[in-house]
Amino acid sequence: MLIATPAPRDPAALPRLVLTAVVILLLWPGLQLSELDLGVLFDEDNARTMGGFVADFWPPAHDTDFLALLARATLETLAIATAGLALALVVALPAALLASRALSLSAISRNGHPAWWAQALRWPVRGLLIVLRSVPEIVWALLFVRAVGLGPTAGVLAIAITYAGMLGKVYAEIFESVDPLPTRALLGAGSGRLAAFAYAMLPQATGEMLSYTVYRWECGIRASVVMGFVGAGGLGQQMDLSMRMFAGGEVASMLLTFLALVLLADLISRLLRWRLA
Amino acid sequence: MTLRLVGVGHSHANGTAALADLQLEVGQGERIAVIGPSGAGKTTLLRLLGTALRPQSGSLEILGEAPWAMSARARQRLRARIGLIHQAPPLPARQRVVTAVLAGRLGQWSLPRSLLSLAFPLDATGAEAALARLDLADKLYQRCDQLSGGQLQRVGIARVLYQRPALILADEPVSAMDPVLAGHTLGVLTREAQTQGATLLASLHAVELALAHFPRIIGIRAGRILFDRPAEAVTPAELAALYANDQLEEPSVRIAPLSQPLAVPRC
Amino acid sequence: MSRLPGYLIALAVLLATVGAFAFLQLEAGALVSREALAGMLDYARGFLDPDFSAAHLRAVAWAALETLAMSGIGTLLAALLGLLLALPAAGRFGRLARAFSRLVLNALRAVPELVWAALMVLAAGLGPNAGTLALALHTAGVLGRLFGEALENAPTQPTEALRLAGSGRVTAFVYGTLPGLWPQLVAYTLYRWENNIRMASILGFVGAGGLGQMLYMSLSLFQEAQAATVILAMLAMVLAVDAASGWARQRWVRG
Repeated sequence: MLIATPAPRDPAALPRLVLTAVVILLLWPGLQLSELDLGVLFDEDNARTMGGFVADFWPPAHDTDFLALLARATLETLAIATAGLALALVVALPAALLASRALSLSAISRNGHPAWWAQALRWPVRGLLIVLRSVPEIVWALLFVRAVGLGPTAGVLAIAITYAGMLGKVYAEIFESVDPLPTRALLGAGSGRLAAFAYAMLPQATGEMLSYTVYRWECGIRASVVMGFVGAGGLGQQMDLSMRMFAGGEVASMLLTFLALVLLADLISRLLRWRLA
Repeated sequence: MTLRLVGVGHSHANGTAALADLQLEVGQGERIAVIGPSGAGKTTLLRLLGTALRPQSGSLEILGEAPWAMSARARQRLRARIGLIHQAPPLPARQRVVTAVLAGRLGQWSLPRSLLSLAFPLDATGAEAALARLDLADKLYQRCDQLSGGQLQRVGIARVLYQRPALILADEPVSAMDPVLAGHTLGVLTREAQTQGATLLASLHAVELALAHFPRIIGIRAGRILFDRPAEAVTPAELAALYANDQLEEPSVRIAPLSQPLAVPRC
Repeated sequence: MSRLPGYLIALAVLLATVGAFAFLQLEAGALVSREALAGMLDYARGFLDPDFSAAHLRAVAWAALETLAMSGIGTLLAALLGLLLALPAAGRFGRLARAFSRLVLNALRAVPELVWAALMVLAAGLGPNAGTLALALHTAGVLGRLFGEALENAPTQPTEALRLAGSGRVTAFVYGTLPGLWPQLVAYTLYRWENNIRMASILGFVGAGGLGQMLYMSLSLFQEAQAATVILAMLAMVLAVDAASGWARQRWVRG
């Protein structure tokens, strides 16, 4: 039996201790600020209010008038997502071309690194894209509801703006990740940037771009339902109205529709992306 | 008596018999090598003795107790006294060696102690002492995915040494090491088993190693014991019969820590 | 489906897009008409001069902290609840428990955060508590499903080996499965946190506290200058959380 020597100090001990301390130190004010109180969920009065509302969920509302309304709202939600995405594409494509350094002319003679002034010109576009996508779509929706009034227009604009930011960024990244040699060869041979883009870059990037766009469309459907709560049309707006009227049955029907819509979008998105892959 | 098997038999899920009508008695502190061609039933025997499998026939007694006649809780207590050395030690890739070794005593530790030790190893000295016997003390705070297959096997042995069980079961414990290191490691294992007073039963495909390090040899072929005698009494003819029409090579097992691919979330 | 030619898909997509615009009766002309643009510009001009007075800044900072706390605590609670539900959902406690916990997870996930918030405001009254609970409930559904999938893919040998060495169920899970699972859990939780900071800043629209409540009130009172400050604060917070989460991902998830 060897004589036990004290083991070397654990190099991870101090970081772990600090991390534990930081977590505990942050948790306390966090709990205070969020006023967390799980008790309200089990409070008898509250449970009765909630219980009454939830009890109305069954049976879900299904009279003809309501179903017609529901169908219209569902179509509106789908249309908001589709139209919003179409507008977003119109903004995102040129923005991505401006933000990406893959089509840089100055980079050809500099081994792929653009000149500093060319890089500086790209930053305003990138900054704009960051701002567009960092403000949540529902905030844009709220702003547009004040500007253009209640209804789907605000939703379409909000999706267009936020998703232009997201698509623009991702497209720019895709452009920069494809093989740059064909593009550089065309640019070096004197072709225009757009021609080089269309002939050398687009064929390589299309699959990935389409796949991401379809996926964004799926997210857009969820988003357009949520945006309805601030008055941007579609299923969400109807849901908000029904909740204000404590119509449990209607809320239940709409939640079920929402669920079906999300599943359907997921299915279509998966089929399309599988087809594109 | 550490082990007593009477008429033990076991079949694979597809119906082929892995072991049939096994009679075996092992006394406390014995060191035994189990040899035989691949597919002979060595691993099944070790899994039966480690209570990982329940025998389909016959009676089995381990450390004086019948594992399948007792409550699950009592069986866990019995298992804490059995140490299993796996051919491919099932260690999570991102776990550190110190934690992997300390996990040997989870059966003896209380829950709070185990949980605290996960973040702040409580007995690093003990883990280091176990690793030092296998010349791995410098790997104490490394992650398992930074070790080679042979080093991982030695970490698995160190875990069992740290566990200090009454019965050590080893399934091809040195298969990923070069012959010199394999011999050295087996020497350490048998010596430690002796000083701890533990019974050791190891399956090996290297016959010379088995004869050199273990006083008692059991030869298994096609699920039956062919011979069971002291190492010096094993004859070349018996070995030839044991491996007749079989190649010595074991199917190679990939020895690597178990890692999981990372998925990227959506939406 | 696999034989469906590409141009048919393209045609369908084009038709759907045109159909969407027609259904919404959106006319690009109306949107970019002179009056519409003038009205928008007029409205936007109000935001160009954010209110940076000390009193308002203090209020915004407080609301921002509240939002941060809501998102953090909500995500943390959700991760705990999600893990608790993921264990049965991954089939660790038999078929019945699996079916039941999957049902619960799907129900939690199917209801959007804002609906949960509206329900919680109903149950718990106005304030950040309702927002925290709403985030926790919806996110628990999302994380529970992701965690469950990760659990199903986790190798079982380490845990089985520990069980055979006599350890208890909890310790065997914590020592055998968790080390491999941990990075995935952290990655999913961080990703949801990034999402929840955005959600937390808008749950206030239905009265659940934080920056959203402030923004909603400022906009209702036509105080564009104050609203602009709140939006800037949101922007800063979202960027800060993305950076923090990216750093944490680098630190704990990769390599």
